Amino acid sequence: MFKKLTLSAIAALALSMSGAFAAGGGEQHIEDYQFSFEGPFGTFDQAQLQRGLKVYTEVCASCHGLKYVPIRTLADEGGPHYSEDQVRAYAKNFEVYDADLEDFREAKPVDHFPENTAVGAPDLSMMAKARAGFHGPYGTGISQLINGMGGAEYIASLLTGYTGKEKEEAGVTLYENTAFPGGWISMAPPLSDGDVDFDDGHSNDLHHESMDIAAFLMWAAEPKMMARQYAGFLGVFILVILSVLLYLTNKRIWAPIKYKKS
Amino acid sequence: MAGIPHDHYEPKSSGEKWLHSRLPIVGLLYDTLMIPTPKNLNWMWIWGIVLTFCLALQIITGIVLVMHYTPHVDMAFASVEHIMRDVNGGHMIRYLHMNGASLFFVAVYAHIFRGLYYGSYKAPREVTWIIGMIIYVLMMATVFMGYVLPWGQMSFWGATVITGLFGALPFIGEPLQAWLLGGPAVDNATLNRFFSLHYLLPFLIAGLVIVHIWAFHTTGNNNPTGVEVRRGSKEEAQKDTVPFWPYFVIKDLFALAIILTVFFAIVGFMPNYLGHPDNYIEANALVTPAHIVPEWYLLPFYAILRAFTSEVWVVQFVSFLTGGIIDAKVFGVLAMFGAIAVMALAPWLDTSSVRSARYRPMLKWWFALLIVDFVLLMWLGAMPAEEPYASFSLIAATYWFAYFLVILPLMGVLEKPLPQPATIEEDFEAQHGKKDASPAE
Repeated sequence: MFKKLTLSAIAALALSMSGAFAAGGGEQHIEDYQFSFEGPFGTFDQAQLQRGLKVYTEVCASCHGLKYVPIRTLADEGGPHYSEDQVRAYAKNFEVYDADLEDFREAKPVDHFPENTAVGAPDLSMMAKARAGFHGPYGTGISQLINGMGGAEYIASLLTGYTGKEKEEAGVTLYENTAFPGGWISMAPPLSDGDVDFDDGHSNDLHHESMDIAAFLMWAAEPKMMARQYAGFLGVFILVILSVLLYLTNKRIWAPIKYKKS
Repeated sequence: MAGIPHDHYEPKSSGEKWLHSRLPIVGLLYDTLMIPTPKNLNWMWIWGIVLTFCLALQIITGIVLVMHYTPHVDMAFASVEHIMRDVNGGHMIRYLHMNGASLFFVAVYAHIFRGLYYGSYKAPREVTWIIGMIIYVLMMATVFMGYVLPWGQMSFWGATVITGLFGALPFIGEPLQAWLLGGPAVDNATLNRFFSLHYLLPFLIAGLVIVHIWAFHTTGNNNPTGVEVRRGSKEEAQKDTVPFWPYFVIKDLFALAIILTVFFAIVGFMPNYLGHPDNYIEANALVTPAHIVPEWYLLPFYAILRAFTSEVWVVQFVSFLTGGIIDAKVFGVLAMFGAIAVMALAPWLDTSSVRSARYRPMLKWWFALLIVDFVLLMWLGAMPAEEPYASFSLIAATYWFAYFLVILPLMGVLEKPLPQPATIEEDFEAQHGKKDASPAE
């Protein structure tokens, strides 16, 4: 009886455990895009991260910041994995404030990406973890259990979710967006077909640009994902072996106690 | 230690004798590890080891995190990102600590409900139960303050809401809230004192865990039958028990290894599943999140807090009686603390002479309903405060109190218990007499 109860309680707990619940408001539509980094064996696609960085540099960076991400990490394995020379050259795209010089100077790889420059444009460092694409049903968290948190899906859906309608509210122009909670967002459509030319000749329609920047921002938010999954895999592997050994030990130790007839 | 008669440590070599006459520490360890343990304990008796492991895990990962964390409103959030990005293995340490809190609460709830089902709280184990409840309350305080430290949006607003509860108390409320926060609102002073206490409380918990273990080593473990170990002589006791080492140590470690496999899979593959996305946004006193929700383990009591609104007649009645001093908000706060208090009083509310619900045909079902109720409250705690959730919350919260205040006292009178086995040995042999029998329950 207790065991059954416990099992059902644990199952029910697991279902109710997700921290992120339906936010209410307008009907959100988040497309469940397929990314290479999904699932326990998922990996970041290096070429996609490099394309995403280009979208960030040429489009997003004009308003948004990435202040928690050190530029040097662009050379990290499991990330865009540029060479150190490439990173040094890339850093020169940005100017950072140097407190020692009391002035702005060219960025170096040790610096972080600059903070945002535009009012109201949130920092994108953790955006892919700060938004959940999937919710519910009924606050149970099942959707996130099956599909993942959906941060990257949310970003890609948002960038492709503009309907073209606009409205004016309290002097602010709002744009209708099917992925944004409430349906109206103050960010003008930032990306369109062919905005960025990719060095690898990859398709640059809006859908692909959105996918690439979403993947890049997922990496920016969780740069150690691949190391973490490797650690998780190793941990599970070792613990499964340990469990089997302990199971056998336990069985053997108890055998003389359990099967004794007195 | 008193209790069940068993062999005690005898120092043999001259070195052992030398130490034993000066500090009997080996004897203490021997008696602790070799304590006679009822041999019919089932798999619900493994949670103590899991909890001990969790406490050690949280203290060790926590101490490493403190080496890299900065408790200041301008730097806390960035220092956590520094841990996640720059510190060697920092992301794993942080995710272990974050999800370790969840494992801790999974284990503590399983442990508590096991105690409630098998009557482990009843005489002579009331002190063990009460100390356990104090540990549980300290755990909740610790986890709440720990959640504030990353200084994300949910950290900040969770702290604002929960300390606001203390502010609702009559007369002492506002000064108490200001004293907790170190100022009029959640700010740097709050972060600093929460950091300090978050570091301190786990060591108090560790001390209480030792007392908790001491208490039940004095009375002996309860077991699934609730029948006491025979203690007329050592030989008699040995028929009912086996020493903790190696029998239960190995069994518990086996269970721990299985649980940690699941735990590592969660940490490795979905570490943010149990967290809230808003906490990856730095705290901002000017932007309130759409839904302020505590972490899952606090949700049942959060649901009870919100269940008693000003539309409930009991609340209106109490408010009328006290001249408005106890309004809906205060009532909710009292209900939330009361929900834990009634659980702590279970040893004196339960009137039955039978310990284990296995032999209590009616209570068994009321208990099953209590588990459903708890899960329901957890779900309701995450839902918005509107219909139909408000009505469900009220019903579920009422049942929680009814179980302890009405059902437990009444069942002792109304229920006719089933016959219990005379001894633990009898129960054990009924299960394991045959070669084919599956281990434990």
